[in-house]
Amino acid sequence: MNYLPGQTWSSQPAQHHHQFASASYNTDPSAHTSQPIVTGTSVIAIRFKDGVMMATDTLASYGSLARFMDIKRIEKVGENTILGASGDMSDWQYVQHTLDKLMLREQNENDGHILSPSQIYAYLARVMYNRRSKMDPIWNSFVLAGVDPKDGSPFLGYVDLLGTTYSASTIATGFGLHLAQPLLRKAVEGREDQIEEEEAKRILEECMKVLFYRDARSLNRFVIATVTKEGSKISEPYSVPTSWGFAEMLRGYGPQTQ
Amino acid sequence: MFRNTYDSDNTVFSPQGRLHQVEYALEAVKQGSAVVGLRSKTHAILVALKRAPSELASYQKKMLRIDNHMGIGFAGLTSDARVLSNYMRQLALSSRLLYSRPLPISRVVNALADRAQLNTMQYGKRPYGVGFLIIGVDSTGPHLYEFSPTGNCFEYHAMSLGARSQSAKTYLERNYEKFQDADLDKLILHGLYALRDTLQQNKDLELDQVSLSIVGPGADADSNTPAARTGEKFKIIDGEALRRWMDMMEPKQIPGSTTTAAASSAAGANSGADQGGEGGASTSGEVQPMEE
Amino acid sequence: MLGLQPGSSTVVPTSAPVGHRFEPYDSNGGSIAAVCGKDFCIIASDTRQSTGYSIQTRYKPKVFRLNDKATLATNGFAADAEAMVSRIRQRLEWYRHSHGRSMPLHAIARMISTILYGKRFFPYYVYNILGGLDEEGKGAVYSFDPVGSYEREFCRAAGAAQSLIQPFLDNQIMFKNQHSTPEHTVPKPGEMSLPDVLKIVMDSFTSATERHIEVGDGLEMFVVRTPPSAQGEAIGAASVDLKAMGGVEAVGGEDEQEEGAVMVIRRELKKD
Repeated sequence: MNYLPGQTWSSQPAQHHHQFASASYNTDPSAHTSQPIVTGTSVIAIRFKDGVMMATDTLASYGSLARFMDIKRIEKVGENTILGASGDMSDWQYVQHTLDKLMLREQNENDGHILSPSQIYAYLARVMYNRRSKMDPIWNSFVLAGVDPKDGSPFLGYVDLLGTTYSASTIATGFGLHLAQPLLRKAVEGREDQIEEEEAKRILEECMKVLFYRDARSLNRFVIATVTKEGSKISEPYSVPTSWGFAEMLRGYGPQTQ
Repeated sequence: MFRNTYDSDNTVFSPQGRLHQVEYALEAVKQGSAVVGLRSKTHAILVALKRAPSELASYQKKMLRIDNHMGIGFAGLTSDARVLSNYMRQLALSSRLLYSRPLPISRVVNALADRAQLNTMQYGKRPYGVGFLIIGVDSTGPHLYEFSPTGNCFEYHAMSLGARSQSAKTYLERNYEKFQDADLDKLILHGLYALRDTLQQNKDLELDQVSLSIVGPGADADSNTPAARTGEKFKIIDGEALRRWMDMMEPKQIPGSTTTAAASSAAGANSGADQGGEGGASTSGEVQPMEE
Repeated sequence: MLGLQPGSSTVVPTSAPVGHRFEPYDSNGGSIAAVCGKDFCIIASDTRQSTGYSIQTRYKPKVFRLNDKATLATNGFAADAEAMVSRIRQRLEWYRHSHGRSMPLHAIARMISTILYGKRFFPYYVYNILGGLDEEGKGAVYSFDPVGSYEREFCRAAGAAQSLIQPFLDNQIMFKNQHSTPEHTVPKPGEMSLPDVLKIVMDSFTSATERHIEVGDGLEMFVVRTPPSAQGEAIGAASVDLKAMGGVEAVGGEDEQEEGAVMVIRRELKKD
């Protein structure tokens, strides 16, 4: 990001951090993550009538290599919260471990106090910001979704390797920010309390399809996770039908050689 | 003064298995002026007697705010109370910073107990010379805890600490079943009656000498939401603001004052009227003759 | 040091590493502004948060109520701003624990300055504007740079659309480049009424929304004033019925909140 003194805007978009493994070496002696290695692509999530819904595919890429095809990128955190991750998969597993420790510690208190989604989010955001401030970032973008078991209020929040946070009724990370977010906003904004579970699922499936068509680091095998007041569930991985018939006619896609 | 052997070091047990230094610390709590705590379904309150070290000095603080949803009343060494309350404030703030969660009352109490316990077993340390009554509201409702220098912590419906607090305890034990469903005014009056029972027979509560604190529903609301504005956050009430409740109290029957002969029999009838029920009958007059 | 051979007197360039160092900052767009009057202060911001060309959310507050007499607007890197505001709030809480009252505005201003300068070599990338009432009850605006230099002013704009809003305020609030004529004398700065200033602030942001891609979605205007209840009969800014204008009580910060001391007026801005 470039800026001059007194100037807080830039005519250039911010640089993207999701760059893939390249032949680079580092003269820095410390073990700080300087780029992600094995990466997961977009997370998309929306609010709907009864809660929140989130989708990710199951792919973890090594650069342009589709390296691991059955990776879980959405996990439960307690009973009422789910967390989706894009970015570095080893950092993601570290964060899972950190949150597991937190939830276990809380459970062991056994005093009836359960961390709500927004409280887990506050903790995660703190961890992410502290690591960026040590110049040792956790190289992920997270979407945390949940429903407060006490008052039934939905929560949907984003936090990334910079510690940047925000809440919105539609959230998308990575490529999804460019490809899926506009579609999600069109489908959801202003209708959060009308969308039924079935429609929410359809919206996310449609976006996962679009992402599969255009994001080269994505896979047509994904999970959809839902949180309502009743609790959270993560689906088994599945696919949606795609059609590539149009490509037959296109030079470069079809069978023609010239 | 009476002395035990095996009491010069708090890390040494007596042959009876007691830690005398720790027990002496409890005496420091008994030296402090009385604090009474009560809890209903919705509120938790503290009332306390303040003492002025001299005619020229102001009254000593008896209560401290820890956070929006929590506060303490204490008896014993005020300086120890300050150190410990700072610790509690720190815990409360870090809970808000790290989890944006008002610190659950039971957690701060446990942390406090752990800290006090360490002082009972480490060489060269001394136990804290102060006892707390901790009131607060969290997601599991209103709470009242006692903290003591021994490192013990218990939750109570009602409790008292400090000088002559046994008299207050007697009142509380006889009336605690009414506290659950009492409204705030009733609860405060019960507190004041219990507190009055700790006074010497020929004294009555004076406005300047009483401190009250209240915490109620919504005190633990997220301060960034509109709910925080309406929550009954922990507040300490002193002086004129207390008059409302002081005026609601039945006057104390002081033996040997104006109504001498009839006093003892009238006291029974009179205080029976104030609270209703047989518990009230023995509140003001008869229970008093305790230790002096 | 990268590219230098340690311990040698001649500088021998070694091969520079490919790839990039972690960049710990971002710029999250949006704009803030504050204007004070005789007995009030308005602190405003849009509510969009963005990165590059992407809108992250349409509602993320950048203005924070600190107490009945102080409200802080932040702009720049959102994560730094949030971390800084929670540090400030902790300091204010400790101040209240030890002094039994709220920290006065001028003291908050100095405190913010030292907090910012304390990170002089890894700064909070945040432009701050502190608005409120001083100890005499007069409206006050303090503006800061990211490393803590600050001054008291009548009005200030900062953020993405600083270059659009500040000149407008200079002209409309400070009466720069306005000259008295026999029919009309130019008034002194800082004496405008609350409703008039509100209009100017609203216009500032609708205009900035038109011309700056990072500004828009929503507008929050915090009004700080001596609450109507604190005066016998409401005069000046206190007599303005903000509730009728859609104003609601501001939340957050300290728990001691007098009715009507800090209120927020929210307006929609264009979302494109």
